[in-house]
Amino acid sequence: MAGGHKAKRRTVLLTGIAGTLGQLTARRLHRHHNVVGVDRRPMPSRAKDIVHMRLDIRRKALENVFRRYRPDAVIHLGVMHDPRQSAEEHHTFNVIGTTRLLEHCHKYGVEKVVVLSSANVYGPRADTSGFLNEDAPLLAAQSFAEMRDLIVVDMLAQGFFWKHPGIETVILRPVHILGRVRNAPSNYLRLNPIPTLMGFDPMVQLISDEDVAKALELALAPRVRGVFNLTGPGQLPLSMAIDEVGGRRLPLPEPLARRALNRMWSWRLTTFPPPELDHIKYSCLVDGERAARELGFTPDYTLRDTLRAVINLA
Amino acid sequence: MSLTTTGMKAVGRPRGGTDLGDISRALLLSMLDDRLISRLDALDRSNLNEFGVDPFGFNPETAKVCVGPAWWLYKHYFRVQQRGADKIPDGRVLLVANHGGQLPLDGAMVIMSVLAERPVPRIARAMVERWAGDLPWVGTLFARCGQIIGEPDSCRRLLNADECVLVFPEGAKGISKLWNQRYHLQDFGLGFMRLALETRTPVVPVAIVGHEEQAVAFANLKGVARALRMPAFPVTATVLPIPLPARYYIEFGDPMHFEGDPNDEDEVIGEKVAQVKSTMQRMIQEGLQRRGRRVFL
Repeated sequence: MAGGHKAKRRTVLLTGIAGTLGQLTARRLHRHHNVVGVDRRPMPSRAKDIVHMRLDIRRKALENVFRRYRPDAVIHLGVMHDPRQSAEEHHTFNVIGTTRLLEHCHKYGVEKVVVLSSANVYGPRADTSGFLNEDAPLLAAQSFAEMRDLIVVDMLAQGFFWKHPGIETVILRPVHILGRVRNAPSNYLRLNPIPTLMGFDPMVQLISDEDVAKALELALAPRVRGVFNLTGPGQLPLSMAIDEVGGRRLPLPEPLARRALNRMWSWRLTTFPPPELDHIKYSCLVDGERAARELGFTPDYTLRDTLRAVINLA
Repeated sequence: MSLTTTGMKAVGRPRGGTDLGDISRALLLSMLDDRLISRLDALDRSNLNEFGVDPFGFNPETAKVCVGPAWWLYKHYFRVQQRGADKIPDGRVLLVANHGGQLPLDGAMVIMSVLAERPVPRIARAMVERWAGDLPWVGTLFARCGQIIGEPDSCRRLLNADECVLVFPEGAKGISKLWNQRYHLQDFGLGFMRLALETRTPVVPVAIVGHEEQAVAFANLKGVARALRMPAFPVTATVLPIPLPARYYIEFGDPMHFEGDPNDEDEVIGEKVAQVKSTMQRMIQEGLQRRGRRVFL
């Protein structure tokens, strides 16, 4: 495996390489693969053998990258989650970007496509309990319109999986990713005090960004295909997670919290969309058994390490 | 390693614990006796993670604080007498009990009975009505004490993890029945039998006597219940269903083993369910006779 004598180094195209997760993944991959990354954002520091192209995946420039580097595998992390962007920008970047990317994958003979979706596509709802497996319906958009294009991305990848059986397509749906990433769950745990809903203390599943990068690397293995929930080291009550990061809990009555968040959202005072409150109200647990069995994925980080990485910003 | 909830304070700032919280905590713990604490400590903990919580949210340390009132009710209020807790086998088992009494205290008493009286203590995981499991505070309390919202998938997972699961196959119809129907088993759901067959789990019939007298209901205002989105709205002798101090008698029967295809037709499954039901009805009649006139005193 390692570097390999004679084994040809495969070229991996990474979208969204300038993000925290993209950089972690690139750092993991570049020892055994040629890594070519694309991102609109600048990438200040990187290993010398990692190629970074600043471009928008919706544009023609992306096809030039395929033509020039002929990637063997594509890892699609370049899905925008930033809720402050307009719905229009969000939609075109995620949906059109993904559509274009998948078209090029087919046209240029890519063997492996890995798409990072999210366990959020199932949606936290009052009427789900227990652990959802990969066949569960993607209901997040019913209460949370902003989730719609993330579901579309997941479904585009599923469609690609069925249409092109010759290409190994992998869809990963990780639970809440924590770490140095600046995503909603990590930012939430960095608040002080941390608002919670009075009387609700759901079980939450967490995974370290390092473990997600590990799973992305595992997904590149030959013959791995299909949809995988990615659970980390397990689940714990939200209150315990908050205590672990040393936060002070601020329990609010739900109607008050909803109204206040709606107001703050409309005034652009918060980066948390109001429907995200459902995440701290209902448990939405997924079953990661399939990834353990078929992907051989086991998390390296314990729950405690995963949580502490949020506050120990290096 | 003991992980109490206040012992969870981590890095940096201490948690803002109030004196009131500490007082109520001490008060709740004072309702427990050493024997019950040692039995809670003796529960199987192999399923717990580094935070002392099992995959469904059960936390024995939180449960310790919460079972105090239930233990007081068990010993001093309902003065529960049980027979046959020693018949509950190790490994996966499905306890099937009759429901009644408007408030699900019968479930709590069965759980206490298994915890306190079985030679090796176990925590019975009751399948809770979704409506109650979603109530603020109540739902969290249930989860920390090991109770699960009743869904077939959760039940299957618990049984496959060799847990002890408590079900009331009469469901809401059972708990909200009126005074004139007391101790008459309502229709049983078939789901528990399919799960027992699928997971090859023995069924232990449980007969409860006393819960029907804790709240005497004359009417169930279904319209009000619908408007308030409650499963039932009983009108009882005490207006609200405040439980009266009726003596409880709980009997655990011999484990019943069933075999067959879990996806069989309803009639085939129904026959097996009828065996459980008739056993339970017989045990209930025996329990009523044994109780005689000692209903409250």
